[in-house]
Amino acid sequence: MSSAGPSTAQIPQFDAATRQELEGFLEQEQAKAKLQASVHELTNTCWNKCITGGISTKFSRGEASCLENCVDRFLDSSLFIVKQIEAQKQHM
Amino acid sequence: MSSFFGGGAASSAGASSDMNARKEQMKQQIQQELAVANAQQLITKINENCFEKCVKSPSASLTSSEEQCLGRCMNLYMSAFDQVSRSYVARVSKERAGGMGGGL
Repeated sequence: MSSAGPSTAQIPQFDAATRQELEGFLEQEQAKAKLQASVHELTNTCWNKCITGGISTKFSRGEASCLENCVDRFLDSSLFIVKQIEAQKQHM
Repeated sequence: MSSFFGGGAASSAGASSDMNARKEQMKQQIQQELAVANAQQLITKINENCFEKCVKSPSASLTSSEEQCLGRCMNLYMSAFDQVSRSYVARVSKERAGGMGGGL
């Protein structure tokens, strides 16, 4: 997983079609890894944002709804900021 | 194509099924490595965040109430992870279907 990109070229025991299949598979798995990394990052962010009280056996009602909304609002913020910067660029 | 390659001797068929087995093994290994890395990352995050929440001032050893807190916190963090995962996947597929352009 540490190599720069999908590369099965060093694996000579496979024919071209198989290598191509494996490269496609690797790309797919790398996309999955990227998605998982985003989920870890977002969970960390939303945990810090929403879980402000002590730890009991389940989330309080406020914490649960905060967690439900956290990802969508985070991504909305991201889109909003990009739009804002684009708008500012046009005034320059 | 298939007659060109498939018409070969039995030995080549054996070699190709052997290659197929190695290919599948490789796929499985990649998937497993990813799963392990994912689990390790989750454990690291749980420890960071639950240590922060549950062990306010580290003493000579973990107290039983700290351990209880850690146990509860672990379960909560995992359900937060599930929630975030569901929300994120839903949002990503919504954005893709919406054709709003590559916003994310």
